[in-house]
Amino acid sequence: MINYNKMIFELSNSERIGYSLPREKFSEFHINQLSDNLLRKKELLLPEVSELDVLRHFTNISIKNFGVENGFYPLGSCTMKYNPKINEEMAANKAFSNLHPLQPTSTTQGALEVYYNLQTYLSELSGLHEFSINPYAGAHGELVGLMVIKAYHEDRGDFKRKKIIIPDSAHGTNPASTVVCGMDVVEIESNELGRVDLKKLKAVLNDEIAGMMLTNPNTLGIFENDICEITKLIHEAGGLMYYDGANLNALLGKVRPGDMGFDVMHINLHKTFSTPHGGGGPGSGPVGVTETLAKYLPNPRIKKLDDYYFVENSSTALGQISSYFGNYLVALRAYTYIRTLGKENLKLVGPYATLNANYISKALRTAYELPIKGYCMHEVVFNGLINKDNDVRTLDIAKRLLDFGMHAPTVYFPLLFPQAIMIEPTETESKETIDDFINVMHKIAIEAKEDPDKLKQAPTKTPIRRTDEVFAAKMMIFSYKDYLEYINNRG
Amino acid sequence: MFKYFPHTKADIESMLKTLNISSIDELFKDVPESVIFNSDYDVPSFMSESELRNHFAELSKKNQELTLFSGLGIYDHYQPAVIDAVTSRQEFMTSYTPYQPEISQGTLQYIFEYQSMIQTLTGLEVSNASMYDGTTATAEACFMACAVAKRNKILISSTLNPNTVNVIKTYLKYKELEWDFIAEKDGVVDIEDLKNKLDKDVAGVVVQKPNFYGIIEDYEGFADLIKANKSLFIVNADISTLGVLKSPKEDGADIACGECQSLGMPVAFGGPSLGYLATEKTYVRKMPGRICGYTHDLEGRRAFVLTLQAREQHIRRSKANSNICSNQSLMALFATIYLSLMGKNGLREVNNLSYQGAHYLYEKLLKTKKFTDPFKKPFLKEFTLETNIPKEAIQTALLEKGIFGGIGLDVFGEQYEGLINFSVTEKRTKAEIDNLVNILEGLS
Repeated sequence: MINYNKMIFELSNSERIGYSLPREKFSEFHINQLSDNLLRKKELLLPEVSELDVLRHFTNISIKNFGVENGFYPLGSCTMKYNPKINEEMAANKAFSNLHPLQPTSTTQGALEVYYNLQTYLSELSGLHEFSINPYAGAHGELVGLMVIKAYHEDRGDFKRKKIIIPDSAHGTNPASTVVCGMDVVEIESNELGRVDLKKLKAVLNDEIAGMMLTNPNTLGIFENDICEITKLIHEAGGLMYYDGANLNALLGKVRPGDMGFDVMHINLHKTFSTPHGGGGPGSGPVGVTETLAKYLPNPRIKKLDDYYFVENSSTALGQISSYFGNYLVALRAYTYIRTLGKENLKLVGPYATLNANYISKALRTAYELPIKGYCMHEVVFNGLINKDNDVRTLDIAKRLLDFGMHAPTVYFPLLFPQAIMIEPTETESKETIDDFINVMHKIAIEAKEDPDKLKQAPTKTPIRRTDEVFAAKMMIFSYKDYLEYINNRG
Repeated sequence: MFKYFPHTKADIESMLKTLNISSIDELFKDVPESVIFNSDYDVPSFMSESELRNHFAELSKKNQELTLFSGLGIYDHYQPAVIDAVTSRQEFMTSYTPYQPEISQGTLQYIFEYQSMIQTLTGLEVSNASMYDGTTATAEACFMACAVAKRNKILISSTLNPNTVNVIKTYLKYKELEWDFIAEKDGVVDIEDLKNKLDKDVAGVVVQKPNFYGIIEDYEGFADLIKANKSLFIVNADISTLGVLKSPKEDGADIACGECQSLGMPVAFGGPSLGYLATEKTYVRKMPGRICGYTHDLEGRRAFVLTLQAREQHIRRSKANSNICSNQSLMALFATIYLSLMGKNGLREVNNLSYQGAHYLYEKLLKTKKFTDPFKKPFLKEFTLETNIPKEAIQTALLEKGIFGGIGLDVFGEQYEGLINFSVTEKRTKAEIDNLVNILEGLS
């Protein structure tokens, strides 16, 4: 029922229930024995519905979503690869999901082995010495990685290093994480090829630089070919190199961040290691560091002695950044993925992803403006249509794609190009799917010329059409309670 | 061939031909030769699906599933079967952040419903789309208080869970903000000490209920003191307990935050779970994270969108209030389904059943004369006792019978020596509780 338009609260009918709880065992006690001043007075506005009501409601709203199994999902920088079913089956294993994090380690050796081995695999795949899987997401990993950098400098008694160099092409989380970590951002402009400008980099180096954050390939999908020079310059200036793992998928099988001279990095397990995005989380953002920096990794740590795994809290750690071991069941999915692919197939991830992106780049450049020539890595960025007549903008192209049953690419990012369209096909897409996408993109380019209104009106085949975002920001209706008040006031 | 990679040899050849190259390696020509990884990874070889299942079956044997009488932030509540059935739908599980509202109404609508439920439970006007967990939500609440009050110090109650305290301290330390502790008195936060420590630098005051010991604190008089000092009152509360306990709004809180794992989520070795954060609309522009709002499409149909995005990192970059990018969306769906199933009556029953079991166990343990209550304060589903029995003896005896409980609080610090925690949810049967008491009664 694609036209289904109820909120769960609107199905409510008092006295209906959707649960079955054990019967009372101890009637001599009752919550009303708590003194009145501790209990809530205000009635709760929660639905009262049957079990089937709940299932139908959520099933009906689910079909208004678009998942990786619906169709092509070329969302740049997000690595929307297939999320294997076996990962889910393993994560649903009660022998893992029923473990309390405070249980004695003698009763959680299997869980700890998975955690420890994943740390080891990530180290090997990235060329860094040690990992912590505690950070909950990519942005959380960035924050923790920056804390490592800050802890390192302060530990050496060098308190003036509080500046982090970030290229203007970086993800917004980079500068935001820097500020949350109590440091300042030094932004440097990219050169005309979209890469780090060595001259401009040299110009900002001094003894206040704590380090540099870099995505490589960068957000334009371009490999920073001066990477060895960049890391050398930063190291000579006394700073550390941070690798934003957002685009690691391009390099898997080909290049390891540690080998390029990076000291600290995070990995998005929900990108490169196939764990589901979940509509915006839970993700997982493990942080890896060099041997020198390992002592700063956050508590608790998982270690191994002989064949026994144990939990350690170290006084040299930067502190604690999560309640326990991060999003453990997400990590377990990534472990499953690595074991499924094995060393043989992990080698193919980056090359296949890169082949697909270049194939798209080549096929679309006759209709779409390719601002940076040459080979791209796992994703390609266009700057809207070549033919800019008819005022067809990137947003219109993105919305029209939805009508063809494909997810839109990332749009208006990176900020370097005003009409940016960022396309990332990933290695799990077939040539047929990619050819279909290419055909659709060309069809859209022709429509832009012949029937631009079709694009301006798009999408028309989706559950809803373009939304009124100004109304949302102005009215600030954030809950069902707000909604009821709005309806009442409207009369 | 490999099952996740659809390219055939012919596909690859044809694509290479289109690109006028002879091997994929040529695409990596920008990569300096010196950093190309030419060796084999030192990770194990691939596994078939059945090998993988066998491997996990072996690993599972090294774990021990126990009957849980343990809590301290992570509770073993009943998990309705409906939840897994819905959250495993690929439309929810595999989709990205709902930046394209036309094809994301499923995600956006449940986030709106989630926000509505957190709104009613906390009593505050606006909830965001969720945070990583209760500890980081509380740390972000502290940042938010500093941004609103334009001050730089947080007062932390000594009765907060030490995990939460540790995370707050890490966040504040690196952001170069300050903190101080409010002393505890008889197991609850001491209002006299609060009075002494409220000064013009204090941006916010963080308390927790039920607190680390399981005690339901009463914040009568707190809000007035804190508001008079122009600081913000932050109440951390286990969301499930707000089905019966006074809401943060009724406590006079400006910000409510905490853990949602108690809404039927698996204990999951600590994660993923879910943090919530709610506040009044006056402060919404300083609130971190995503917020979903109600609107309509151009044909007038009901629609939901992410709104007030100008607060967030992808727009404001270094000027954003927080670096948070994601929410724990799928876990917010989990919470929404749980609360839909339970409704206000179910939530009340869960709390009552947990209350009953916990109080039954409490009375029984006191009767053994081997445990005493150092606090004698009201509690809900978990409580703290003092004993002379070594905690190792308790743990060993219980583990032999497949039980985990009676956690020695000194794992969180020496000051807690001799104190142990018990937690009882509606899942624990009378037989399980009696068995626990019998085992403990035999110890000395």
